[in-house]
Amino acid sequence: MSNMENKCCCCNCGQPDERLEKVKKFINDHKDVKGGLIPVLHFIQETYGYLPEDVLEHVSDGLNIPMTEIFGVASFYHFFSLEPKGEHIIRVCMGTACYVKGAQGILDKFARELNVEVGKTTEDGKFTLEATRCLGACGLAPVLTIGEKVYGRLTVDDVPRILDEYRK
Amino acid sequence: MVKYRMDLLVCGGTGCQASGSSEVVETFKKEIEKEGLENEIQVITTGCFGFCEKGPIVKISPDNVFYVEVTPEKAVRIVKEHIIKGRVVEDYLYKEPETKEVLHEQNEMPFYKKQLRIALRNCGFIDPENIYEYIAVDGYQALGKVLTEMTPEKVIEEIKRSGLRGRGGGGFPTGVKWEMTRKSKSNQKYVICNADEGDPGAFMDRSILEGDPHSVLEAMAICGYCIGADKGYIYIRAEYPLAIQRLRIAINQAYEFGLLGKNILGTGFNFDIDLKYGAGAFICGEETALINSIEGGRGEPTVKPPFPAQKGLWKQPTNINNVETFANICPILLKGADWFSSIGTEKSKGTKVFALAGKVNNVGLVEVPMGLTLREIIYELGGGIKGDKKFKAVQTGGPSGGCIPAQNLDTPIDYDTLTQIGSMMGSGGMIVMDEDDCMVNIAKFYLEFSCEESCGRCTACRVGNTRMLEILNEITEGKGTMEHLDELKELGQIIKDSSLCGLGQTSPNPVLSTMNFFWDEYVAHVKDKNCPAGVCTALLKYFILPDKCVGCTACAKVCPTNAISGEVRKTHIIDQEKCIKCGACMATCRFNAITRR
Ligand SMILES: Cc1cc2nc3c(=O)[nH]c(=O)nc-3n(C[C@H](O)[C@H](O)[C@H](O)COP(=O)(O)O)c2cc1C
Ligand code: FES
Repeated sequence: MSNMENKCCCCNCGQPDERLEKVKKFINDHKDVKGGLIPVLHFIQETYGYLPEDVLEHVSDGLNIPMTEIFGVASFYHFFSLEPKGEHIIRVCMGTACYVKGAQGILDKFARELNVEVGKTTEDGKFTLEATRCLGACGLAPVLTIGEKVYGRLTVDDVPRILDEYRK
Repeated sequence: MVKYRMDLLVCGGTGCQASGSSEVVETFKKEIEKEGLENEIQVITTGCFGFCEKGPIVKISPDNVFYVEVTPEKAVRIVKEHIIKGRVVEDYLYKEPETKEVLHEQNEMPFYKKQLRIALRNCGFIDPENIYEYIAVDGYQALGKVLTEMTPEKVIEEIKRSGLRGRGGGGFPTGVKWEMTRKSKSNQKYVICNADEGDPGAFMDRSILEGDPHSVLEAMAICGYCIGADKGYIYIRAEYPLAIQRLRIAINQAYEFGLLGKNILGTGFNFDIDLKYGAGAFICGEETALINSIEGGRGEPTVKPPFPAQKGLWKQPTNINNVETFANICPILLKGADWFSSIGTEKSKGTKVFALAGKVNNVGLVEVPMGLTLREIIYELGGGIKGDKKFKAVQTGGPSGGCIPAQNLDTPIDYDTLTQIGSMMGSGGMIVMDEDDCMVNIAKFYLEFSCEESCGRCTACRVGNTRMLEILNEITEGKGTMEHLDELKELGQIIKDSSLCGLGQTSPNPVLSTMNFFWDEYVAHVKDKNCPAGVCTALLKYFILPDKCVGCTACAKVCPTNAISGEVRKTHIIDQEKCIKCGACMATCRFNAITRR
């Protein structure tokens, strides 16, 4: 193992990584649990915001599951991400109710304004643009969320204003 | 316990929270404290009332007054006027949009008049985070009755007699499924609640779990007793944080009260419930895929038989039901199978929850008896089409369903009639579309969804759907031919016939049903290279309106292909050959002189 072992793996800040200890403990607790892989992946996703490859190696060792199988499972589910995400995740609802009320236009506008493809993160790491399913707020369609905040009854013209709130 | 003289029920569903209901709750609490009434008036955050369109909703009980679109400012006035002086604030009540008549009570409102709430009975009435409130509305009585007075066979018989069918889409008789699982021999069996809610336009399962989680826990325990299982799992989407939080609270409370765990109510019956998180794969809503996912692998479906009732989770007999199915169980056992089967149609008993959305005036969750017509739902509950536009179609059944045109609006809806008209009940999404929606584009929307969600195992589904999508793309880009339309029909049939699971077997439905009912629209795209609804951008043409154009030349300057010509202060024109339909001219024109059609 490299000396990166206990260092933060999401950047080069060199800080010791307490998260890894927590993850290792979680892996250990799930060693003998049937179907334990997915709960472990959820925990890592929650802790890091994505699934860092070197953390997955610990999973492979700890649960005794080959890396290929872990990748197979991780890539099957949309919820897991193998790439780090931006500081703010913009989730534009593309559920049917939102779609018929013009969600595609909103999504396209974000993509243009941020110069980023759907599902990707801006170069400065500030925004990730995602399309999601029904958020359960169809009454306010079209809808998007940024973090916990929900924005409803959107028009394309709202997009720059919303971005400004987070650009400061 | 303190006795309150009045309850303020504030909707804390996702829709109302997005409209600011948390601030409203804060204001109510602050104002009530200021007046020193905190021991008399209780503020309760409830689950969804369904009427998301007019949120945040506040209901005052026992006065039974229903305020809509409440803001913190309005909350201050409601406290001053209604709560202190006992005067209803008429300005904030719901007004009948046509007659402008002020309606005081919930059940006078057209949105609620024809509703019959069984699965949603407690949503909006109780605090979902407080087990006492559930118990106060007969909660856990059905479990008590079952464990002390009824044999498993008798319960199953009652559920069978009620005629309850699965609300997750398939409509399989619930009692029969329980009986099958009961008869499978094994020491270990499981109960699973399917809360994966995959239909991209539906949110009833989430509302039930957010508004009344105990009703599902209680029904799962009853199911466990009937089939002989002591362990249950709820498979829930990780994207539903509020529902997960409320379920966790409810499970902990149920354990504390001895309503889950060992020796429930002293009867010797044991039952545990755990949560399992889905991770955003639509196919995991399919029961065999769901089981593979709980086991920790890729959520791919497997061939049935064996059915989960025979060989399910970890190869043991497993009973899987949908959230809404479970939510119907306790009322049936308390009020009786005869009561339940008196509601609905001959073959579809009880009610169904629909997520009514799209171009209707009242968007929200509605629960209605089976057999109501689409017209009643859309025009009475839904208040008709938004902005006086013309109704075009209603989509039911999500990506497995189809589009139903105006001529079928008077069909009484149940599982079987919807299938007969080329659609499906599905999980209850109901999206209303008007003249501005393009049917080819809607079909494409659903097919894109199915392509993305296909697990890729069956060639017909993987390759076939991708090919169908390619064709639809060509059609909407103006490159379609009549042969393409034949190919779509043929491929659709092949995919339906040769796919292993329900996803592939139904994924061509949105395309086939729109081709069936809106053939002319497909032909217009293919032959006339025209999108009648004005949606498919590649088929649109830009025109300058002579009576509005002042000849400012702004459009000509921004046009990247120099397609616009004309002299200063004279009407300009667009050369259709050169136009690349970028829309820059339309965005620039300050006189609304450019249209697209
Ligand atoms: C592609 C596909 C997706 C499904 N998604 C769901 C779902 O999200 N929720 C659900 O309850 N059932 C879903 N089902 C149906 C389940 O396989 C199963 O029939 C259902 O959970 C049984 O419960 P019920 O009898 O109470 O309806 C889906 C089926 C298919 C084929
Ligand atoms: S479809 Fe967007 S919130 Fe329901």
